[in-house]
Amino acid sequence: MINRIVVGAHYGLRDWIAQRATAVIMAVYSVLIAAVLLIVRPASFEAWQGIFANGFIKFVTFLFFVSLFYHAWIGIRDLWMDYVKPTGIRLSLHVITLAVLVGYAAWAASILWRL
Amino acid sequence: MSKRTVQFSIYRYDPDKDDAPYMQDISVDLEPTDRKLLDALTKLKAKDDAISYRRSCREGVCGSDAMNINGRNGLACLTDIDSLKQPIVLRPLPGLPVIRDLIVDMTQFFKQYHSIKPYLINNDPPPERERLQSPEDREELNGLYECILCACCSTSCPSFWWNPDKFVGPAGLLAAYRFLADTRDQATNERLDNLEDPYRLFRCHTIMNCVDVCPKGLNPTKAIGKIKDMMVRRAV
Repeated sequence: MINRIVVGAHYGLRDWIAQRATAVIMAVYSVLIAAVLLIVRPASFEAWQGIFANGFIKFVTFLFFVSLFYHAWIGIRDLWMDYVKPTGIRLSLHVITLAVLVGYAAWAASILWRL
Repeated sequence: MSKRTVQFSIYRYDPDKDDAPYMQDISVDLEPTDRKLLDALTKLKAKDDAISYRRSCREGVCGSDAMNINGRNGLACLTDIDSLKQPIVLRPLPGLPVIRDLIVDMTQFFKQYHSIKPYLINNDPPPERERLQSPEDREELNGLYECILCACCSTSCPSFWWNPDKFVGPAGLLAAYRFLADTRDQATNERLDNLEDPYRLFRCHTIMNCVDVCPKGLNPTKAIGKIKDMMVRRAV
């Protein structure tokens, strides 16, 4: 095959918005959790567990991790796109990155709902 | 300004003679009337006529004499010689293939510029005199149409260094917004479709080197932001 440069995948806006939206979610969560920790001032493991036993805190903490992993997916994918040129290697790295991040998300859920 | 001697370190490469590029130390005596870097280059050329660079209008309109001056892209004709730390290090624009000395091959740069269709697309029959715009609509084109395509911005952009074949670059995107912002243009959707791409537009990570170096004081980052804004308004 002649090695022509092909460009024009017609996506990108959604990822760009998602990266910004997830950043906002993470920023809001950071302020929220800092406020909760300042108010509750947990000194023991039981007190920490008590905070995360709350359904709302569980939900927003999980939302934070999902946002983090989605944000990281776009950022790491951009790295591969900039620095890894062979398509095969790049695609493999994309799949590995996705697999790892999905694994992390499942792991985060299992830890959170074990508390 | 008095008579003075200025030290230079200039990137030299003649593919017919040199195996590899090298830096040449050279000094030049300037007259009180020599104010700009281009004046000094003219004197240097008189001293060693093999030194090669592009120049034309010598007043910041044609954009020919863009080069890397003490590590920063700029136009030789607009740069005050006395504001520069010596020895003045001159290199070709980064990231583009060197043809000879300070002359680079701008094919890739212009290919990206042409890819955004830098002309008005309007299929209505032309009116007898001209296509009119309101003063407010015309206002939006200020800061966009002044680009002289010197390539200072695109060749200082890391995203353009990594993907010059796929990323349009700040100069091309500024021109793209110039036509997206034009109320007389009818191809807005096609233009946005053409840029909806992870490489062509979204390689811009708001590094803003383009804004930092633009010799005309333009702001490609702001224009890129407005393109993204149009895309969001179209999609949401």
